[in-house]
Amino acid sequence: MNSLIPLLVAAPLAGAALLLLGGRALDRLGHWIATALAALSFALGLALFADMLGRDAEHRAVTEQLYSWIPVDGFRADVAFQLDQLSITFVLLITGVGTLIHLYSVGYMAHDERRRRFFAYLNLFLAAMLVLVLADNYLLLYVGWEGVGLASFLLIGFWQHKPSAATAAKKAFVVNRVGDMGLSIAIMLMFVEFGSFAFQPVFATAGDASEGKLTAIGLMLLLAACGKSAQVPLQSWLGDAMEGPTPVSALIHAATMVTAGVYLIVRSGAIFNLAPDAQTAVVVVGAVTLLFGAVVGCAKDDIKKALAGSTMSQIGYMIMAAGLGPIGYAFAIMHLVTHGFFKAGMFLGAGSVMHGMNDEVNMRHYGGLRTYMPVTFATFGLGYLAIIGFPGLSGFFSKDKIIEAAFAKGGTEGWILGLCALLGAAITAFYMTRVMVLTFFGEKRWQPDADGNEPHPHESPKSMTVPMVVLAFGSVFAGGLFIYGNSFLHWLEPVTGHAEGDSPLSAWTVTGLATVCMLAGAALAWQMYGRNPVPVKAPVGSLLTRAARRDLLQDDFNHAVLVRPGSALAATLVWFDSRGLDGLVNGLAAAIGGISGRLRRIQTGYVRTYALSMFGGTLVLVASTLLMRSV
Amino acid sequence: MIPVHALAAANGSGPSIPAPHIEYGQLSPMLVVFGAALLGVLVEAFLPRRLRATAQLGVSLLGLGGAFAAVVVLAAQGHGTTRAGLLAMGAVAIDGPALFLQGVILLTAVLAVLTYAEGRLEPRINGHRVDAFAAQAAAVPGGEQERDATREGLRTTEIYPLTLFAVGGMLLFPAANDLLTMFVALEVLSLPLYLMCALARRRRLISQEAAVKYFLLGAFASAFFLFGTALVYGYAGSLQLGEIADVVSGVSQVTPALAVTTQNDALLLIGLAMLAVGLLFKVGAVPFHSWTPDVYQGAPTPVTGFMAAATKTAAFGALLRLFYVAFPGIRWDWRPVMWGVAILTMVVGAVLAITQQDVKRLLAYSSVAHAGFILTGLIATDRRGVAAVLFYLLAYSFVTLGAFAVVTLVRDSKGEATHLSNWAGLGRRSPLLAAVFALFLLAFAGIPLTSGFTGKFAVFQAAAEGGATPLVIVGVLSSAVAAFFYIRVIVLMFFSDPQPSGPAVAVPSPLTATAIGVGVLVTLGLGLLPQYFLDLASKAALFTR
Repeated sequence: MNSLIPLLVAAPLAGAALLLLGGRALDRLGHWIATALAALSFALGLALFADMLGRDAEHRAVTEQLYSWIPVDGFRADVAFQLDQLSITFVLLITGVGTLIHLYSVGYMAHDERRRRFFAYLNLFLAAMLVLVLADNYLLLYVGWEGVGLASFLLIGFWQHKPSAATAAKKAFVVNRVGDMGLSIAIMLMFVEFGSFAFQPVFATAGDASEGKLTAIGLMLLLAACGKSAQVPLQSWLGDAMEGPTPVSALIHAATMVTAGVYLIVRSGAIFNLAPDAQTAVVVVGAVTLLFGAVVGCAKDDIKKALAGSTMSQIGYMIMAAGLGPIGYAFAIMHLVTHGFFKAGMFLGAGSVMHGMNDEVNMRHYGGLRTYMPVTFATFGLGYLAIIGFPGLSGFFSKDKIIEAAFAKGGTEGWILGLCALLGAAITAFYMTRVMVLTFFGEKRWQPDADGNEPHPHESPKSMTVPMVVLAFGSVFAGGLFIYGNSFLHWLEPVTGHAEGDSPLSAWTVTGLATVCMLAGAALAWQMYGRNPVPVKAPVGSLLTRAARRDLLQDDFNHAVLVRPGSALAATLVWFDSRGLDGLVNGLAAAIGGISGRLRRIQTGYVRTYALSMFGGTLVLVASTLLMRSV
Repeated sequence: MIPVHALAAANGSGPSIPAPHIEYGQLSPMLVVFGAALLGVLVEAFLPRRLRATAQLGVSLLGLGGAFAAVVVLAAQGHGTTRAGLLAMGAVAIDGPALFLQGVILLTAVLAVLTYAEGRLEPRINGHRVDAFAAQAAAVPGGEQERDATREGLRTTEIYPLTLFAVGGMLLFPAANDLLTMFVALEVLSLPLYLMCALARRRRLISQEAAVKYFLLGAFASAFFLFGTALVYGYAGSLQLGEIADVVSGVSQVTPALAVTTQNDALLLIGLAMLAVGLLFKVGAVPFHSWTPDVYQGAPTPVTGFMAAATKTAAFGALLRLFYVAFPGIRWDWRPVMWGVAILTMVVGAVLAITQQDVKRLLAYSSVAHAGFILTGLIATDRRGVAAVLFYLLAYSFVTLGAFAVVTLVRDSKGEATHLSNWAGLGRRSPLLAAVFALFLLAFAGIPLTSGFTGKFAVFQAAAEGGATPLVIVGVLSSAVAAFFYIRVIVLMFFSDPQPSGPAVAVPSPLTATAIGVGVLVTLGLGLLPQYFLDLASKAALFTR
């Protein structure tokens, strides 16, 4: 059974290779091949899951050694896959949601000339992401990490003819490099400290290392997580990444890839548990991002960018939970999975709306769509209820657990984190209600597109609605399933461990507070957008609104703090290079050229001169030979 | 006759000169080539004119191919390694380096002969295809006789036997084991070359000028060699390289008759220096290089390619044998001097090439610089050094021959367009040809994945391990300077706009195409998979004595 593990990766990888190398011949069938291979991978994942359920908790984790990648003396890197409770959770999420989004893309990309290439990239992404979560060592994880980065880059810039898409892809790539550098430094530190980068030996001997070194490794891992998961201060790329096709936003930039940072931190729990300072940094990053993303989400008029802000904020919740240590690891992953369902569902819904509205993304030009697109409305609505934490739906349980865990941290810290999380819940309810109301309720504010075509909203084809419906089921029931008898907690406990915190508030109090916050946020949004007419053109807004529209000035900040000094440094170096080094080089070249010109004159063309120079040369040769002896 | 008779009579025991024992089998490569050359002379004398060109090509290819087969058989029989030995009473040595270099010379000669036979580049005259050589060599340039001969569409098919004689000399040169044989080989290879330089069909005056210059300076250099031979004989009482080495190291007895001069170190050192002058002239080392640009430019381009590749190979073989067999005992005397020569050769060759405007002169100076690089391998004075030089010569021969073959193809109405300005934008007009030439230039520059890199790496490594690190540093710096002018040509070909009235690239027959193609294959092969040939060279790198 374990020998099936490599096939999980091999199926989509083969698809990517086939589609990229197969050429035009596969234009007509390529997307179905890719979808079938994604589904095959999902089926394999289910089979492995069933097999794992059949074993008792102690023997569920298995390792499949493929081959020795770099076998050198004192340095060993293996291609080995580790399938345990944590990785199978990701495998099912990635391949399951991945398959649905493949299916959705068949309809969504039907008219795109480069559809085959799009599906090849999607398959490539699946393969890389599976390598990331299945690796049994950090080096192989790094391969997957870079692989998903590549796929993300290719897919954000898929419509490369649009300068904005090309720029967004480049931005995502550059910002991610900063995080990747953190991961590579962390791996190097591990190798120096532990002599290995395989999970097993590193975690087993983590206790022998000094706290300072573990903190350094932890902070570098956090930097990596910030880059990949768009956390402050490396969050700036996610909003622009919405330039990619919507299925990409749903799969990569909502459900799976951006959660890789959470996976990294939870997987490295053994290190973080021994480095409290690094853990503090993680919770701070998480708490700041959850508010940051929520505020940005409130101000965006672009439906995808509003959802992107929400993604950032929700991942902030997960990162914060992961930073809480064993109290929060399992809940971080639980929220990650439920978020994967409802956020992917809502992105697909947004894609469906855009599909019906001539690719319009501005919510101020929507309105009243619920009757025109009933399936989209229903599935999006269920996702909406899930994310704001409506009692009984997925998000309610998973978010509630995180808020409880935050309070359970104890002391002042616990109070601050808990209140942040509650505030975040309120803002979440506010901006999601705003999205919902602007899109599906109120009067029609439809505008003709650039070519003057009036929009004729209509429901999307089956290949698009079916995945939305399936995801909506997940949005509704996954949370309840996970919480029932604490099944998810027990499932993950052998990997992540679990600890009960010391909460100053009872669980029911927290739940009550969260529900009140949620209702308050939603009511405020209804008051502002549901009961009052919405202007088609965005009003100027307050200072905060304007800042939030510009992503809370993140780009201005980066520009002032990083880009400008960087450009100045580069300009200085260029000046030094062209004046100093090039001057030296050119001067040398000119000098040699000058010498050459002088020497040429010796070549007179007269035999007598040549003979004389030979004779002189002979004299020198004879004389110097004799001289050598006498010296 | 009379003095010999008198000597024999004085001895009182009749004629005592032993009949020499000749190992015809081991000498067969040379004998086959000389035989083919004589056959070529007969062809010239007896065959009707219209059949001669084809017949000569056939005879030459058969002779060279047969000789190469003989070299391969000898090598397979172990004459290069375990059964290496002296032949013809010690006059000739057949050993690894000799067989390796003979093989290289024969292969280059085959390719060169293919470029000789190229008949599609010149316009047809009177319905006859003509080649790159003078219609009638003896005719005065610009005279009536020449006009008639040209109008008739005549060809100088004597070029083939001349080449075969030169090749015969070249085969003997690196195998010569005594100084007189070496001198004879030197003359046998040089005299036909002087003539061949004068045979260009176009620009005949510059061609004849080149021949005369080459002849005068070559005679001058030969005189030094001969004088050096006399002095060394005076010192050692023998002309055989092995016996000279014994005297140098004090192993062997001194001949009483020569007791006055023997072991006079001044004779030895002056003689050694003069022998070196004679050979350094042939390899084109500074300050004995001044003939190279003029002769390379003036000679018919196929001959230049042959000369640049094969002569250099043969001369370096002789130089190696001289220093490694006869004078290893006084290496502390000659090594510093050769250091100076190598440095001067690399630097002057590379620096002077920068300002050249003619592609043939550029390649001539480049060959001077390469002579310097090869000398660094020679200075290593160990087996690795020999192996490196052998490999370098193999690599360099094919690149050179290929490069000059490409030069024959770029033409305008006045023949070959060798001025560099004519090569501007060639990459746009004939990308394939320009790419091939670029490959050869990169190999000259020693860029990885070409044979030039492997060769240069081998000689520099051998020199560095032999303790000549400063020499290697100078070598690398000169390579950098040299890379500048090679790349400049590439830039000119690919990144400049073509001249409106620029040259056209002629479409060659399969003959030249084969020569260039083999050059490309070998250049890439020795760059990508050099190991087999490196092993071969290192197996062959032991001199017998």
